[in-house]
Amino acid sequence: MKSICFYFQVHQPYRLRTYRFFDIGGNHDYFDDYNNRFIMQRVAKKSYLPMNSILLDLIREYGTAFKVSFSISGSALEQFESYAPEVLDSFRQLAETGNVEFLTETYAHSLVALQSENEFKKQVQMHSAKIEQLFGLKPTTFRNTELIYSDEIGRMVADMGYQLMLTEGARHVLSWRSPNLMYTNAIRPKLKLLLKNFRLSDDIAFRFSRQDWEGWPLTPEKYVNWLTESAADSETVNLFMDYETFGEHQWAETGIFKFMQQLPGRIFANSEFGFATPAELGQQLQPFSAIHVPHAISWADEERDLTAWLGNDLQDEAFGKLYALEEKVKRCTDPQIQKHWLQLQASDHFYYMCTKWFSDGAVHKYFNPYSTPYDAFINYMNVLADFTMRVEENAASLNDDFKAFKQAVSDVSEKAEKVARITAKATRKKVKETVAKTKDLRFEDIKEMSDASVKKLLKEIEAEELKLALKGAGKELTEKVIPNLGKRAKKKFDELEDEVRKVKKSDIKKVRDNIEKKLKDLFG
Amino acid sequence: MKVLMFGWEFPPHITGGLGTACFGMTRGLAKQGVDVIFVVPKAYGDEDEQAVSLRNASGIRFDLTDKEYKEYWERVKYLEVASNIIPYVGPEEFQKTVEAKKKTGESFSSNVFSDQYAFSGGYGPNLMEEIARFALVGSALALKEEFDLIHAHDWHTYPAGIAAAKSSGKPLVVHMHATEFDRTGENVNTLVFAIEREGMEAADRVITVSNLTRRIVIERYGIDPGKVVTVHNAIEQNVTREIADIKRAMKDKVVTFLGRITYQKGPEYYIEAAHKILQKDRNVRFVMAGSGDMLNQMIERVAQLRIADRFHFTGFLKGDDVDKMFALSDVFVMPSISEPFGLVPLEAMRINVPVVISKQSGVAEVLEHALKIDFWDVDGMADSIYGLLHYNALSQMFKKHGKIEVENLKWENAAVKIKEVYKSALEAVK
Repeated sequence: MKSICFYFQVHQPYRLRTYRFFDIGGNHDYFDDYNNRFIMQRVAKKSYLPMNSILLDLIREYGTAFKVSFSISGSALEQFESYAPEVLDSFRQLAETGNVEFLTETYAHSLVALQSENEFKKQVQMHSAKIEQLFGLKPTTFRNTELIYSDEIGRMVADMGYQLMLTEGARHVLSWRSPNLMYTNAIRPKLKLLLKNFRLSDDIAFRFSRQDWEGWPLTPEKYVNWLTESAADSETVNLFMDYETFGEHQWAETGIFKFMQQLPGRIFANSEFGFATPAELGQQLQPFSAIHVPHAISWADEERDLTAWLGNDLQDEAFGKLYALEEKVKRCTDPQIQKHWLQLQASDHFYYMCTKWFSDGAVHKYFNPYSTPYDAFINYMNVLADFTMRVEENAASLNDDFKAFKQAVSDVSEKAEKVARITAKATRKKVKETVAKTKDLRFEDIKEMSDASVKKLLKEIEAEELKLALKGAGKELTEKVIPNLGKRAKKKFDELEDEVRKVKKSDIKKVRDNIEKKLKDLFG
Repeated sequence: MKVLMFGWEFPPHITGGLGTACFGMTRGLAKQGVDVIFVVPKAYGDEDEQAVSLRNASGIRFDLTDKEYKEYWERVKYLEVASNIIPYVGPEEFQKTVEAKKKTGESFSSNVFSDQYAFSGGYGPNLMEEIARFALVGSALALKEEFDLIHAHDWHTYPAGIAAAKSSGKPLVVHMHATEFDRTGENVNTLVFAIEREGMEAADRVITVSNLTRRIVIERYGIDPGKVVTVHNAIEQNVTREIADIKRAMKDKVVTFLGRITYQKGPEYYIEAAHKILQKDRNVRFVMAGSGDMLNQMIERVAQLRIADRFHFTGFLKGDDVDKMFALSDVFVMPSISEPFGLVPLEAMRINVPVVISKQSGVAEVLEHALKIDFWDVDGMADSIYGLLHYNALSQMFKKHGKIEVENLKWENAAVKIKEVYKSALEAVK
């Protein structure tokens, strides 16, 4: 059976408020809470809630045969929590059916993959953890902001352990090949790729209500015919689109909801297609080939490139100045700074600065808070100026803290050294005194003495005396003394061997006492 | 001495420097014992009438069957020809007005000859028609009021001045606050040029706000040098505007440009100078305050130079925000390509902000304690700004002496000179 794979993107950014030059340095309140709440609640009512309920009904009706997948940005999730918790509940209900896969993306819906691998990984991990926390499902499929993909981005995703990623079936990348097959990354063949069928996706997402379009009005019958037509070389038709398509981009009045309600039934009845989630396809399908994407692609506009977000001077300047802060932000401990850092990375800010549509006057107006890209740029840069000052202050104060700590450490060690010196001196003195007290040297102490001292001592002692003194002395002592004898003394000592076999203990004691006396004379 | 004065605006309803200058001048003249009847197209009722007796042209009715007015109309009717020319304030304001009128469905045309006429008093698409009607008012008032002499400010009021002179036989003084060359570069509107020249030719004396303007009047309009006199503008003293105790939130030094962002004001030279300074010293912030047809182009240039983290745009500032901007500034820059006088640097100096001004500005003729550069000399501009930012002795000296200098640029003194001009005009017609 062939598959239809639905993936819906859910995203709402934190839009900035009008932030003036005079606010810089004094006001750290960047976001238009009123407008963000208003938009979130409006889209929830017009799109998210009704569409979630339709999907839930379809799942109840068709059981495991009907499946969809979502990617919900971190900023959308947070704003659900703040402004529309009922939407979160309805997504939870969908999660509980087991027919819905949640993908992971960058938490901030950012373009960070183009900039920094470390920050990219951090944001993906953050997002994955958030999804798991909210829905109890650990994502296994990755999709990047705006389906932006290149060989290098795929490499990073594969290195994070993901085995499946979604991107655009851009014509200039595929050329004659079909988007309806499984592909792999050119650097890490283990990473499989599902590509958007942009024609069939955009028929719903963009053209559905366009009355000047030859396909209008689009009915489930017509759509299933198109699916069947494209089915010859297909394994899966990947329909990727913004979730706001339903009820917001295409209003309820256009019949979009009804279309979606009827589509699955029509597909089951009139086609060889079923539904699958990306993860299932990742298990089922064998890759057709690797695709080479040296320059990043996205799902935006005719060009399917990055020019909606980057490329003009305004965008490049803002993007460059934002990411120049990365290392410093890392060192900041202020949680508010970390939060704003993420919020300022949202791709939307750069999208508002796009001048591409300026010439033909058809400005992308969907909830764009600015009347011109220049206004968007000025406002963003004003906010960024204030944010930069805060980051630098915070980093500097941390630096100061670190310096103070280092100073303290060096102070302490200096004092410790002084104390140690004094203690050492005292100890040395004590030892000396102890030594002085024990100057009362014993014959046995000879074994503790240096060879030089022993030699010195031996010069003072007659061989006979020595022979006598060593009688019965321990092996250790004997071995200390004998090697220190001069050649002649040694000979004499050896000759005396037999004569001293029988001696009184008292004589030995006498000789030893004599030696001890000499010891005291020499070393005492 | 009593003067019938024609102006296009009067505080607090002003769009540019003209209204401010007229206000200061009339106060100065009052101190010199000159009474002024001041005529504006539209009075709002909240104008300060301490020094003048205001006449509202909108309130003056006509009986057009009256032969006299008809006769006068013959003289001013050429104005009827053009009903929407590029107006005084520049294309963006014009565009806004046209668009707004389109939206409301308001018609552009009304009848100059109607019994009653509502002036907008602005610089909109009906400007030429309003100027013509204003001339009718001029001739009517000249018959009604008692005065010794007529004084007309800028070209909008010249037809009214000429009309009043013709119907009363009194001498006419016209005042050139700006020429068409200052406003448009070389893309001169020939109709405006013609009105300006006609006004000056009809006048007994022409007052220019600087020698720079005087030269233009003589060389470009061919006016007899013998009757052109420079009287530099002054600045209102003892202004009790409270400059709030503004806490500076930034530790960086701030350099400011404030004015319309148009070709004549030289904004691009300022940006290039900022770029040069930022290559040496990143701890400076540059501000471009104002709006205009070159704003977007300037934003792109700043982004292209990758200095947008240090170069800020505020949009159009008014009232308190202007004072606030000065209070935050360490240096003010006016790089105008052509500026007949230029009041803004004086406002900056009055609150202790040292200034860098172009030599192509009239105000450069009267200021000692300002650094003067050619507008095109980006290196010189950068040097001057850098110097004022870093050499405390220099900026301290400029602050101290600059303030004193501005305090001496009194309208009373300018009024003495204007009174002299009046006297010579009266002599001339005798």
